[in-house]
Amino acid sequence: MAEIIDILLSTSFWAAVIRIASPLIFATLGELICERAGVLNLGIEGIMVAGAFAGWMTVYSGGGLWTGVAIAMAAGMLFGLLHGTLTVPFSLSQHVVGLGITLLATSATYFAYRLALPEVDTPPRIEAFERSAIPFLSDLPVVGHALFTQTPLTYLAFALVVVVSLVLYRTPLGLALRAAGESPSAVAAQGLSVTGIRMGAVIVGSGLMAVGGAFLTMSAFNSFFFEMVNGRGWICIALVVFGAWMPGKALLGAVLFGIFDGLQIRLQQTELGADVPYQVFLMMPFLLSILALVVMSRRASVPAALMVTFNKGER
Amino acid sequence: MRLETVANPSLARTLGFPLIALAATVVLGSLLAMLAGADPFATLGLIVRGAAGSQFALLETLNRATPLIFTGLAVAVAFRARLWNIGAEAQLYAGAILTVLLGTGALEWPSAALWPVMAGAAMLAGALVLLGPAVLKVRFGVDEVVTTLLFNFVVLLFVSMLLEGPMKDPMGMGWPQSPRLIAEARLPRIVDGLRLHWGFALAIIAALIVWVIEARTTLGYEMRAVGLNRQAAEFAGIPVGRVILKTALLSGGLAALAGFSEVAGLKGNLTLDISPGFGYTGIIVAMLALLNPLGVVVSAIFVAGVFVGADSMSRAAGVPTYIADIMLATALLTMVLAIALTRFRVRWG
Amino acid sequence: MSDEQRAQDVVLRLDGITKRFGALTANDAVSLTLHRGEVVALLGENGAGKTTLMNILFGHYTADEGSVELFGQPLPPGNPRAALAAGVGMVHQHFTLADNLSVMENILLGTRPLWKIGFDRAAARARIVQLARDFGLAVVPEHRVGNLSVGERQRVEILKALYRDARILILDEPTAVLTPQETDALFATLRKMVAQGLSVVFISHKLHEVMAISSRVAVLRHGKLVGEVATSQTDRRQLADLMVGAEVSPPELRPASPGPALLTLKAVSTADHGNAPGLKALDLALHAGQITGLAGVSGNGQSALADLIGGLERPLSGALVLHGETARQWSPRAAMAAGIARIPEDRHKTGTIADFNLTENAILERYAQAPFAHRGWMDWRAARDFAARVIERYDVRCPGPETRIRLLSGGNMQKLILGRAMEDAPRIILANQPVRGLDIGAISFVHGELLAARDRGAAILLISEDLDEIMALSDVIHVIYEGRLSPAFARGTASASDLGGWMAGHGFGGGAHAA
Repeated sequence: MAEIIDILLSTSFWAAVIRIASPLIFATLGELICERAGVLNLGIEGIMVAGAFAGWMTVYSGGGLWTGVAIAMAAGMLFGLLHGTLTVPFSLSQHVVGLGITLLATSATYFAYRLALPEVDTPPRIEAFERSAIPFLSDLPVVGHALFTQTPLTYLAFALVVVVSLVLYRTPLGLALRAAGESPSAVAAQGLSVTGIRMGAVIVGSGLMAVGGAFLTMSAFNSFFFEMVNGRGWICIALVVFGAWMPGKALLGAVLFGIFDGLQIRLQQTELGADVPYQVFLMMPFLLSILALVVMSRRASVPAALMVTFNKGER
Repeated sequence: MRLETVANPSLARTLGFPLIALAATVVLGSLLAMLAGADPFATLGLIVRGAAGSQFALLETLNRATPLIFTGLAVAVAFRARLWNIGAEAQLYAGAILTVLLGTGALEWPSAALWPVMAGAAMLAGALVLLGPAVLKVRFGVDEVVTTLLFNFVVLLFVSMLLEGPMKDPMGMGWPQSPRLIAEARLPRIVDGLRLHWGFALAIIAALIVWVIEARTTLGYEMRAVGLNRQAAEFAGIPVGRVILKTALLSGGLAALAGFSEVAGLKGNLTLDISPGFGYTGIIVAMLALLNPLGVVVSAIFVAGVFVGADSMSRAAGVPTYIADIMLATALLTMVLAIALTRFRVRWG
Repeated sequence: MSDEQRAQDVVLRLDGITKRFGALTANDAVSLTLHRGEVVALLGENGAGKTTLMNILFGHYTADEGSVELFGQPLPPGNPRAALAAGVGMVHQHFTLADNLSVMENILLGTRPLWKIGFDRAAARARIVQLARDFGLAVVPEHRVGNLSVGERQRVEILKALYRDARILILDEPTAVLTPQETDALFATLRKMVAQGLSVVFISHKLHEVMAISSRVAVLRHGKLVGEVATSQTDRRQLADLMVGAEVSPPELRPASPGPALLTLKAVSTADHGNAPGLKALDLALHAGQITGLAGVSGNGQSALADLIGGLERPLSGALVLHGETARQWSPRAAMAAGIARIPEDRHKTGTIADFNLTENAILERYAQAPFAHRGWMDWRAARDFAARVIERYDVRCPGPETRIRLLSGGNMQKLILGRAMEDAPRIILANQPVRGLDIGAISFVHGELLAARDRGAAILLISEDLDEIMALSDVIHVIYEGRLSPAFARGTASASDLGGWMAGHGFGGGAHAA
């Protein structure tokens, strides 16, 4: 118990929590945007892999860091375009297409990696984003240093939560997007294009997922290796449910997840960790996500038209 | 643009679009080969030859198809009832664990008694692994896609724990692997001297049984009804929850047989890499077969051929083996689109 | 008013509109004009082409021939925004509202360019409140639409159109779901709109309402405009003849000879489901040889009662007595075993499985019994025989029993459902909205079967939102309101407006007027 309290009081722990949560925030927001418009995007896991590689490869080949983020986002949007085209106008199964996109994006990434670096065993590291302290705020006790001495991508993640909230709840675009996920016929009756709105949401959402992946290679591990996304995409889908499809609550979920994940990593290094197989600790994030789904599934308000296809002409 | 139902699709329509989908996949494969600096025609030729160019190659393909038939059947059965079982990977490992548990000397029985007990126990384990998410779906409405996906990671970590702990082979020189199965527990080869084991025959039998269940039994009718329109099934008095649970048991059991067959037939012990994603590939197999159990056999052999052929091509031509995964993912996406286009006509404006 | 003036007054002109779907001609050279400040009724039975015509106006379909002119300007075809932008608003029969959004959000949806930020919410709200006051459309902008009654939702739909300055309002079967009193309120709103120079197209098949509100009537039959008359120059009889093409005779009624109660509900309560109220200590007896009609505004517990009798819902308290015995285990199978035939409200979502063929759909409720199944094995030959029998006896027009049911028309689908339910000459029949959306031929077929079953001695519960249908067929009528039941009214003892009062909750007492 004392060990846990020690961990919770350490600044480095909270810094780690925020670092763990950041990529999840990007990807969760991306998934949330898709689902709010009525499309479940199971391509998330593969799109994160593609984004992780695209960002890293850009920097590795001499591009700038922000160029890397942009390229990652563009790669994600490309897969989003494919996902959207198949699921929205063609109304194909969102489950099958999403899984297909994950398989495609993952294998295409690995193929590209092998083409680019055929002989390499240990992937090279890149000069990634560096931490920068925000003056004054980073001097606050305990959390100040943790929250405000992070990389620019982390700040971007938190800023995006605010931006996405504002767009969703304060702009005509956000209203149309939410309506597309609640009642596509209401959107069509106003002369708006359900197809256009949903496609846009899937493309932008997929772009954010890819940035979440890029965070891993450009702001956390500074290198690319296989299996590095390791189920984070699926966890983000659980986080969207946990957050009841609201950006603020999803952020809370990502941070909570970061706390538990950070805790299990630290606990592995304590006496307790010596007695318990490390795999038990590694299972915790997945079991927690399942638990969160079970607890939240009863009250969460699912967008009414999630996974409901809309085809105005079927007769 | 909008879609209109085609009342009676013509033969040209029914065959044309899937053929275009396959052609598109092949074209993409060629482009990728060119991207890798190889001659596309030579590459495709090497893949075909590697998959079916010799007796050895063909048997290798059938061996690789065996687990895919099982996972393909598992996915097909579940998807038919609209139970999104993405956890065949976990169920496969659950079956493998039970096979090792019973087959490494715990039961020193003659083969005729040992095989069915091992297979049965493996099926039970796989069934139980899927029963969890299925119960969560039926009782609490928890989406099974995410839970089965997450369970894959949990079960794989559990296997890793076993292989580094209680199930570790003392003679394994520190590698995380299980002891080897006793001779009585091993599935022999169908023909002496040829590397094809009885697991393949078991897979064919399983496909036949599943086909009969779907076409001829009330359970098959119920599964289809629940999958196509759950609300109407409920209204008609079909016990929807129970049907979903039964489907889960069947699906999980089938996936577990893949683990049983790989351990008892091919490998002889359990390692962490016993399945290079057979559970996920099962989704491609099932979708290419349009969820038809007999079609699963054909599509599993096709998919296995692409993998085996790509492995052999990669050694010869230096194109990364991931070309196989890309082509199969593409085949999956183009095929679902093609099937939709046979049933719906696209109208612009 | 001179002819020239009237010509300037034209706000909408449809000229020679023709639209074909394959072999079907949905609109055949239809021409129609609408003037400023008038209500034109578009009359026709289901399938006459009214909805297709409006879909062309709204750019959802492109006409094969003909043109549309709005306020003197030609309307570009196939552009859904064009009609809206030109000032046409439409209230669909099935509301196009998002339940989880507020009234205000629903009204504002699509009213501003999507990329615009910065917005005076207070001004928008004030405008909604002002419009609501001007036209008698009371709503609270902050309320969630999912919590509103049907009448309130319709007001939101009309406000949506008014908020975007619609000068023409098209109402598709607007009274189908309203009480007679709510209909009066709607008519009052329409008259205010017309007085301010707006124009209204009122689509309906209810003759008395058309007579009450319109100044001109255009009648569509089989896609053709078969007549256009000033309302003051015509009567219901003539309109009915025009609409159907032949004289309509009401179903012939023999006096009922009621027998014992076959199904009795004693103080039954069921759970609420979200906004849908459950039953509240409800008493009801269904007698042999009698049609019991259940009137009410939709969403007042009709579904709860249908689900209970159909076996989908169990009583929380109270007793369900069948043939004199209290039912213990209650499920759809138990209900069917007790001889209850069920015609569900929604034939697409609950009645049939679209991708099953006719054979598979025919045995849906009895697939597990002999002769269709033996020890878990299906006997498809027996199933095909049964389907062929139903198809023949109930005149289901289809290519054969192997046809997927999604390819059938609504009427033929309903005949199959009716046939499979009635095949065993059931003692109790639950008919929930059995003719909604059907054409006149199918309607009279379904009603004829129900009356024949009554004369044979079946106890029938007829649930409908169409008060005319209830009054035409029922031997006794109950009104359901918020899960509670009015006393029984024998045929002819209650007028439409009496029943309308009960439908609005008057007479139930004890806090029923909360809304």
